[in-house]
Amino acid sequence: MARTPHAPVAASGDVAPAGLDLAVTAPRQRVLRRLVRRPAGIVGSVLTGMFVLVGLFGPALAPYDPFAVVGPSLAPPSWPHPMGTDALGRDLFSGIVAGARTSLLVAGLVGLMVLAIGLVVGTLSSWWGGWVDDSLMRLTELFQVLPRFFLAVVVIAYFGPGLSLLIVMLGLTSWTLLARVVRAEVLSIKEREFVEAARVAGASSTRLVLREVLPNALPAMSAFLGLVLAQVLLIEASLGFIGLGDPNLVSWGYLASQAQRFLRVAWWMSVFPGLAIAVAVLGFNLLSDAVTDVLGSSR
Amino acid sequence: MTFGYVGWRLLQVVPTAAAILLIGFLLIHLAPGDPVVALAGQNGDAEYYAFIRDKFGLDEPLPEQLATYASRVVQADLGTSYLQGRPVATIIAERIPATLLLSVTALVLSSVAGVALGSLAASRPHGLVDVASTGATLAVYAAPVFWLGQLAILGLAAGLGWFPVQGMTSPRSDATGLAAALDVAHHLALPALVLASQEIAAVFRLTRVGLLDELGSDHVRTARAKGLSARRVLVKHALRRPLVPVVTVIGGRAGHLLSGAIVTEIVFGWPGLGRLLLSSLQTRDTPVVLGIFLVVAFFVILANVGTDLTYRWLDPRVRYR
Repeated sequence: MARTPHAPVAASGDVAPAGLDLAVTAPRQRVLRRLVRRPAGIVGSVLTGMFVLVGLFGPALAPYDPFAVVGPSLAPPSWPHPMGTDALGRDLFSGIVAGARTSLLVAGLVGLMVLAIGLVVGTLSSWWGGWVDDSLMRLTELFQVLPRFFLAVVVIAYFGPGLSLLIVMLGLTSWTLLARVVRAEVLSIKEREFVEAARVAGASSTRLVLREVLPNALPAMSAFLGLVLAQVLLIEASLGFIGLGDPNLVSWGYLASQAQRFLRVAWWMSVFPGLAIAVAVLGFNLLSDAVTDVLGSSR
Repeated sequence: MTFGYVGWRLLQVVPTAAAILLIGFLLIHLAPGDPVVALAGQNGDAEYYAFIRDKFGLDEPLPEQLATYASRVVQADLGTSYLQGRPVATIIAERIPATLLLSVTALVLSSVAGVALGSLAASRPHGLVDVASTGATLAVYAAPVFWLGQLAILGLAAGLGWFPVQGMTSPRSDATGLAAALDVAHHLALPALVLASQEIAAVFRLTRVGLLDELGSDHVRTARAKGLSARRVLVKHALRRPLVPVVTVIGGRAGHLLSGAIVTEIVFGWPGLGRLLLSSLQTRDTPVVLGIFLVVAFFVILANVGTDLTYRWLDPRVRYR
């Protein structure tokens, strides 16, 4: 998996020889191939893929506007309304589809934030070590004990609900695991021979980190990113449930909160939104389990 | 474990708690909206506004307010509620028992059930119990707490009528002594089970994986070869090491457990801190909101330190810098 010190290294400037790219991409392809051979990998990929597809294209295909009154109130599931209607006669199926987009937006943007912060903090602290490492790790520990659900609840309630605030709050408080994973990976990879070889060949620190070290840390990062996103989806749902979601968007948590008062008469209002959340979260969990599994057995 | 390390670890609590106080205080006080308007209404006269500002120290600059608040917090004084005019510490203390009862019951339930189920599953890998409980815990682990609560109400409370749907005690009940305790226990069962379910899943997975590793190890094979019974091998020899990470996971999930408790309280109408937090947010009772945030944060910090120390005590090979 690692390049040997004898392999050809970049001879001039920033142009990498073909072999360098192959060395980095080959194991990743192997990971993907082994991933789809495991039941957890297959089911996880299918569920996550479904979530992403519905989030991307669903709202265009949904039968109704999720906010429009289109049927009798509290109608049980039927052919025109496969998941029933709510107290105002809004189509629940259209609501679930619209909620998938909200959740996808939150998961995607929080994921990007978490990756960016985790990468910067983890790489800086492991590459430089010393006081940089110490202070960044103290910061990580602080954010780790910060009760992020409570903080999000308080801040969103005081600043007023909105999707951007929700995403920023979750992004700013969810990166600690990623930072630790990146740090640990970089610490172990930076001592390997192929990094040594590139360093001897005169590659700059930036180049070493970006081209040699981080690509090899990617599989482990993706495994943990899945776990983080699963938690983020659950927190987003809980915030929506206690009425702190974006009032202009339908979210699964909001839909489930509407069910609370009608539990005795309209089971469908609770069952389908909760099922949607559980399916999306299960997808992320299974996928990251499978990646961890594949990585564990290939080492 | 040396006393020096314990002291050092406890000392670290101070800067962390201070940082969390700073973050909470600043975020709340930088939020848009004048607290005086929330207190005295839109159309109060200037004199009354000034009186309120003076009464709650709101006319001072922010750093001074922070300094005053911090020096009071150190003396366990969390200020006075805007709405009720009573000390925040008293208001919170009234609600803590209910939240604590719910959380501790869930904690005990999840530790015992998680370890028991994990051991059962690992003692016969790929057997019926293993497959069923692995599947069930995967599903529960992915389900949001409020949904599990709603399903429990749908099925067991409203549906079959085995449990009460809401609250901590029966309304208009004047039971005392044992009858009252049984009444609370009856109300407690469902919310505690719901809150425990995700923790059960976490503990189960860890126990199962740890035990599977351990059951193939040399010392377990030796214990078996000595002719010890399967149960004795499991409890006395195999279970020891896997329990170390289980302890840390239970402690490390304190924050998770408490946020779950908040949501569970809302679903079941349980009169604890979560409901107090929500009603205080609605009325913008800032001292109470900040007080709850600090109490929760402090508890989570202590749980983390406690976990660290327990970990070190259980596994002396672990050495921190």
